[in-house]
Amino acid sequence: MEILLALLFGVLLAAAVYLLLARSVLRIIIGLLLLSNAANIAIIGAGRVLGTAPPLVAPGAEALAASASNPLPQALVLTAIVISFGLTAFFLVLAYAIWRSEATLDGEALRLAEPPLLPSTDPALAAQAEPAAQGRGSALPEREGA
Amino acid sequence: MAGPCMSHSLWLVPLLPLLAVPATALLLRARPAAAPWVALLPAMLCVLVARLPLGTTVELDWLPSLGIALALRIDGLSRLMALLITGIGAGVFLYASAYLKGHPLLHRFMAVLMLFMAAMLGAVLADDLILLVVFWELTGLASFMLIGFDAHRAEARKSAQQGLLITVGGGLAMLAGLLVMGTAGGSFRISALLAAPEALLAHPALSWIIVLVAIGCFAKSAQWPLHSWLPNAMTAPAPVSAYLHSATMVKLGVYLLARLHPAFQEVALWQGLLTGFGGATMVTGALLALRERDLKRKLAWSTVVALGTLVTLIGLEGPLAATAAVVFLLVHALYKAPLFLVSGILDKKAGTRDAMVLRGLLRAMPLTALAAALAGLSMAGAPGFIGYMAKDLLFTVQLGVPGLLPVVALVVNAAMVVVAGVVAARPFLGRRMPSPAPVKDPPLAMLAAPMLLALLGLGFGLAPWLISGWLIEPAAAAIFGRPTGISLGEKQASQTIYYLSQAAIGAGVVTYLAWHRLQPRLAQQAWLDAYGPDAAYGRLLRGVAGLAVALTRLVQGGSLRRYLALSTVLTFGGAGALLLLQGGLALPAEVAGPAVPQLLLVLLIVAGAVGACLARLLLAQLMAAGLVGFGVGILFLTLGAADLAFTQFTVEVITLVLLVAILARLPFRSLDARLPRERRRDAAIALAAGMVGMLTLLAVQSVPFNNAIAAWMAEASVPQAKGRNVVNVILVDFRALDTMGEIAVLMIAAMAGAVLFRRLRSLEGRR
Repeated sequence: MEILLALLFGVLLAAAVYLLLARSVLRIIIGLLLLSNAANIAIIGAGRVLGTAPPLVAPGAEALAASASNPLPQALVLTAIVISFGLTAFFLVLAYAIWRSEATLDGEALRLAEPPLLPSTDPALAAQAEPAAQGRGSALPEREGA
Repeated sequence: MAGPCMSHSLWLVPLLPLLAVPATALLLRARPAAAPWVALLPAMLCVLVARLPLGTTVELDWLPSLGIALALRIDGLSRLMALLITGIGAGVFLYASAYLKGHPLLHRFMAVLMLFMAAMLGAVLADDLILLVVFWELTGLASFMLIGFDAHRAEARKSAQQGLLITVGGGLAMLAGLLVMGTAGGSFRISALLAAPEALLAHPALSWIIVLVAIGCFAKSAQWPLHSWLPNAMTAPAPVSAYLHSATMVKLGVYLLARLHPAFQEVALWQGLLTGFGGATMVTGALLALRERDLKRKLAWSTVVALGTLVTLIGLEGPLAATAAVVFLLVHALYKAPLFLVSGILDKKAGTRDAMVLRGLLRAMPLTALAAALAGLSMAGAPGFIGYMAKDLLFTVQLGVPGLLPVVALVVNAAMVVVAGVVAARPFLGRRMPSPAPVKDPPLAMLAAPMLLALLGLGFGLAPWLISGWLIEPAAAAIFGRPTGISLGEKQASQTIYYLSQAAIGAGVVTYLAWHRLQPRLAQQAWLDAYGPDAAYGRLLRGVAGLAVALTRLVQGGSLRRYLALSTVLTFGGAGALLLLQGGLALPAEVAGPAVPQLLLVLLIVAGAVGACLARLLLAQLMAAGLVGFGVGILFLTLGAADLAFTQFTVEVITLVLLVAILARLPFRSLDARLPRERRRDAAIALAAGMVGMLTLLAVQSVPFNNAIAAWMAEASVPQAKGRNVVNVILVDFRALDTMGEIAVLMIAAMAGAVLFRRLRSLEGRR
C-alpha cells in the first residue's frame, strides 16, 4: 500500500506543479488544491499503513488494538486539511479582488509590486551613475572644498 | 627609569588618542577656536615614546584559548614609526586647525584624524598579529572617512571607496595569511615568531603565507598594480595627504614587511616578490610623476616611487640595505610631508595646484618658498641634507645588485630630482603668475609644520650623530634581525657610484628645465590611462555591478511563474541529486498490498488530476479537482482514517460552495495562455518534480519505522487523557497547541478575506 501511496503522491504532485506554473490565477488555485491533497497523501504514506481499523480504543480496553491505523499522521493531516482550506478560501477572495481591481487574472500581467525594468539596466542611467573612470592624468581635479 | 610604571605607560600611547577621539569631537564642536591646542596631545606622546626604553612589552589576555593577547611591544622599528606618527602628527594637527579654520565639520575632521593616529600607533606597537590586523583595518577606515571628507563631491566619495576596497581587499588576504602564519609558527606573538621562525619556515604553506601577507602590504603601501588608489586619494584635504598618504599610513605595509623580514629574509620568494614589485612600482610611479601637472598628484606619484623603493630595499639582503630602508623611510617623511603641506598652502593662497600655472611666487610668499626649498633640496639629495645621506646609501645598495635594478634606480632618481624641482622650485621662480587676490604667506600655524620638518631634514643632515645610534641603528637592527654596526654619516659609496649618482642628478636637472615641454607630450599618451590599473579597477567595479544586475534579472524578473519554476527546479533538483548520491531507488517493505477497491480509487484520483490539468473549462476543472478531493477522502476512509475522511468531505463541500460563489463573478473560462512550448517545458518540470517526490517518499518509507511517539499516544490516550478517539485526543490534548495555531490561521485567513472585501467595497463605492 505504501508504494501505491507514493505513486499517487507523485502523480498529484506533478499535476499540482503543472497547474501552479500556469499563467492564470485560477489554475494556480486549482494547483494549490491538488498540492494540499498531495501533501496529505505524503504524510499518511510516510506514517506507514500499519492497520486499517480506525484508531479508536475499544470500550473496556486501555490501549489501541494492533490492527488500528497510525493516529499521529491522521492528526497532522487533519490540521493540514483545515489550514489548506483557509488558504484556498483566502486565495479565492484574493483572486476576486485582483479581478475587480486589475481586470485580469493573468499572473504575468500582475506586476504592480515589480518595477517594469531595473533602473541600472538603462544604459543612460548607468552611465550617469558611474562616470567613466578614465584618465585624469592631464586634467586637473576640481579644487578641494576646504 | 625602566620601572614597571614606565613600561605600563606604553599602554597610554595608543589609548590616550583613542580616548581623545570623542573628547576632541565634543570640545571642538563647542569651541572650534581650541583646535590648535589639540596638537599638544601628539606632541606629548612623541616625548613619551622617545623616553620609553626599547624592548618594553605589556600584555593583557584577550582570547587566551586561541593564544591571542592584547600585547604591545616597542623596539627600534616601532619606535621610529611611532615617533614619525606622533611628531608629524603634532605638526599636521596644528596645520589642519588653520587649514580648515571655519569649516563647519572641523570637529569631525580632527576627531577622525585622532582616531587615525590611535589606530596607527596601535598597529606599529602591536606585538600580536590579530591585534595588528584590527588596528590596521581601523587605519583604513579612518583613511576612508578622511579621503571622503568632502562628501558632497562625487570624486571624493569615489576615491574614498576605491581606497577602502583596495586596502581592505588586501587586508583580507593579509588576515588569511597571518592566520595561517600564526598557526604554522605556533604563536600569534610577532616577537615569538621572529625569535624562532624555524617551524614557520619549514611549513608547507610558507609560499601561501608570504604571498597573502605581501598582497595586504602591497595594497596598503600602494605597490604596482594596487597603487591606483593613492593618487586618487589626493582629493582629500592637504593635511590628510601629508599625514596619511605620504608620511604614515602608506608606510604601514612597508612597516609590516620590515617587521617580518627577519623571519623571511632568506626565502627566495620573499626577496623576489619584494624587489620585483618594488621595482615595477618605482618605474610606474616615476613615469606618471613626470606626466602629472597637479602638484598633489605629482607628489603622490613620487610617494609611490618612494614606497616602491622602500619595498625593494627590504627585499634586498644585508645590513646596508636595512639601514638604507630606515634612513629613506625617515627622510621621505621629513621632506614629503612638508611638500604636501606647501602644496596645500599654494592651493589655498594662490588658488591652484597646477604646476604649469604656478610661477614666480618667491616674493609673495618667501617663508613658504624657504620651507619648500629646504624640503625639495632634501628630496633631490643635495649635500648637507639628510636626503644626501639617503641617496648615498640608496645608490650603494641598489647599484651593487646585478640585473635591472641599478638602471631603474638611476632613472628613478633623475625623475625624483625633476619632481623636487617642479614642486619645490618652479612655483616660486620665473615670471609672476596673474592671480585674482594678493598672495601672501599663511599664518604661523600653517607654516610651522612644513618649516620645522624641513629644518629637521637639514639638521639631521648636518649632525647625523644626533639620530645615528639612537634612532637609525636600532630600527635597522630590527629589520636586519641583529645589530648592523653601521653608523650614519660614514661615506658608503665608492667613487664610481658617486659619479653615477651625480650623473643621475645632472640628468634630472636637465629634464627639469625641459619639463614644461616634456609634460604635454607625456600627457597625450592616452593608453597610460586606458590600460592602467585604475581603468581596470573601474571595469572591475562596473563588471560586478553588471553581474549583480544580470543575476537579479535572472532570479527576480518579476514573473511569478519564473519564481515558481526556479524554486521548484532548485528544490526538486537538489532533492533528486541528494537521492542519487544516497543510492537512488529504494522500495519499502509492506505489511499489506493494496486491495482492488483501493486500486480503482487511486485510478479515479489520477484521472481527476489529469483532467484538472487538461480541462479547458473552469467548471470541468473544478469537477476534476472535486473528484480528486472526494477520492482522497474515500481513500482515507479505506485506510482507517475516518475522522480525516469526514473532515475532507466537509471541507470539499464548503470549498465547492465558496468556489461557485466567487467564480460566478469571474470569467468562466480558465484560459491557459501558455504557448505549447511553455506548456511542454512546464510539463517536463512537473513530471520531474513528481518523479523526485515519489522517489523521495519511497526512500522515506524504506527507512526503518520508529513508531515510539504514536505508540505512546495510543497507550496514554485512555489513562491520561480519558479519550477513546486517539486522533481527537491528539488534536485537543497532546498537540493542542498545534490546533490552536490552526484555529489562528483560519481566523487570520478569514480576517484577511474580510479586509479585502471591505477594500473592494470602498473602491467600488468611490466609483
